[in-house]
Amino acid sequence: MPLMKQAHVDDPDGLYAAILEAHTDLSENESAALNARLVLLLANHIGSADVVREALTTARKSLGK
Amino acid sequence: MTDPRQLAFAHRRSADQDRLQPAHHPVVIVGAGPVGLAAALGFAARGQASTVIDRKASLSDGNRAICWSKRTLEIMDRLGAAEALLDKGVTWRTGKVFLDDRLIYTFDLLPEAGHRMPAFVNLQQFLFEHYAIEAAKRTGLVDLRWQEDVTGIEPTTDGALLSITTPVGSYRILADWVIAADGARSTLRRLMGLGFEGRVFADQFLICDIHIKMDRPVERWFWFDPPFNRGRSALLHRQAGDVWRLDFQVGSEADRDAEVKPENVAKRVRAMLGEDIDFTFEWISLYRFQSRRLKRFRHGRVLFAGDAAHQMSPFGARGGNSGVQDADNLVWKLDLVLRDQAPERLLDSYDAERIPAADENLLNTTRSTDFIAPKSMASRILRDGVLALAASEPFARRLVNSGRLSVAATYDGSPLNTPDGFTAGDCPTTRPGAAALDAPLSDGWLLAALDRGFTSAWFCAEGISADALARMEAASARTTLPVKPLIVSDATACTRYGAASTPACFLFRPDGYIAARWRSIPPDAIAAALARATGR
Repeated sequence: MPLMKQAHVDDPDGLYAAILEAHTDLSENESAALNARLVLLLANHIGSADVVREALTTARKSLGK
Repeated sequence: MTDPRQLAFAHRRSADQDRLQPAHHPVVIVGAGPVGLAAALGFAARGQASTVIDRKASLSDGNRAICWSKRTLEIMDRLGAAEALLDKGVTWRTGKVFLDDRLIYTFDLLPEAGHRMPAFVNLQQFLFEHYAIEAAKRTGLVDLRWQEDVTGIEPTTDGALLSITTPVGSYRILADWVIAADGARSTLRRLMGLGFEGRVFADQFLICDIHIKMDRPVERWFWFDPPFNRGRSALLHRQAGDVWRLDFQVGSEADRDAEVKPENVAKRVRAMLGEDIDFTFEWISLYRFQSRRLKRFRHGRVLFAGDAAHQMSPFGARGGNSGVQDADNLVWKLDLVLRDQAPERLLDSYDAERIPAADENLLNTTRSTDFIAPKSMASRILRDGVLALAASEPFARRLVNSGRLSVAATYDGSPLNTPDGFTAGDCPTTRPGAAALDAPLSDGWLLAALDRGFTSAWFCAEGISADALARMEAASARTTLPVKPLIVSDATACTRYGAASTPACFLFRPDGYIAARWRSIPPDAIAAALARATGR
């Protein structure tokens, strides 16, 4: 299955707020550490290296890389 | 037992030195380390003489390589030189990884029974060499020339002219074939002007081997961020005779001269093992990870093997073990070429098989290096995330990389493989290009039952039928080289070879690799697979 690029969460604003909320009391370094752990947990949940690679490519593209 | 490190290797003036014309030798091996000695033993096992040249006057200084893999032990067993390694070495299979002082991951390198050789034996490199030298002497076919140094090589179309310096003058040898097993700082590589491409990493590691009486399990223990080496890593591993390897990451900025001073190393040792311990130093060495290889291993009649061909980080025990496998891959091919039983181009398959194997080893060791010594902030954050999650989340333990330990390479894509006769996905562990798996037989072990030449084996769980034996013998009679027919009906062996319910026929190479497999006994196909596996 390719990377899902259409919105498919019920409450996008709530999801955004939840991710932001997790960072509220964190320093910049702690935020980076949290993001890394989140990537590891979600990548394992997805379970497909191809889908994760596609997500990485898409994310890098948005950085102009 | 006298410490073999006290043995002096005397120089013996050979008759070659008195000849007006260069003496002619079919095979000259440069380097009497584990790789050169494995090659010499391999030739001797096939009845071929070889001449081994090494500048050493005693066994290698320092313990160096200490972990010998199951595959290496299987090879040395075939060469009649495994007994001392098993007797003198310490056997292990379990690795433990700690974060701070908490155990976060345990791995078992041989989780199933029914293999003759253990996952690993730890033995100091000089002892491995000592027993290999003893074995080589017993064959009567290995001419060991100590304190001789190759100072020049002129490759020719059908050999190479070697200039050799000895304590009593110099002489020349015309070799048909040269095996360059002269280590990471290979003289032959330099003399031939060959590039050794790759990377050297900045982080420094301190090896310290100590003699100490300790009552600890024979396991590989690895720490990330331990209390005694904050922010860095450390390793503890047992060797033979109450000797232990300690390996400390010391960082890229560490002062080399200060780090190796015994009084400073002693502080690290005591911080790790206790202030009141009683120990003596065996060896201290500071090193950086290197990740390099030759573009090609075969250069006409000169063939590079081991560290001379490829150099990698030690975490994973892939240096010495891959070098022994290089030698094992090379020797049977060169033996057939020397006997005119295979064309010279069979040796091109040495590159085709061992370069991908080296790349696999380099990939694994580079990944371990990136995990153990992160080179960027992002790399460190990701690594620390894995370690923190591993304590509570099982998935992250598989990502913890303290070294992925050496296993036999599979030669997928080798030109010597015959297309798989099994359907896709059927028993992939014994596909063509894979190393044979051992299994117990009623009268011994499968690997021991394979011939030093080619073997065709019929795996049939229902038992041995006279009809199958007759068909195997008929198939073997059609081949250009001798093929030993073998019938196997033992349950474990049949299961391992995908023949628990449906019989199967396998063709094994002299190095125990699988050249071909079928679901029937195809007389002409065995002959064709044999031709293919010998470069015809």
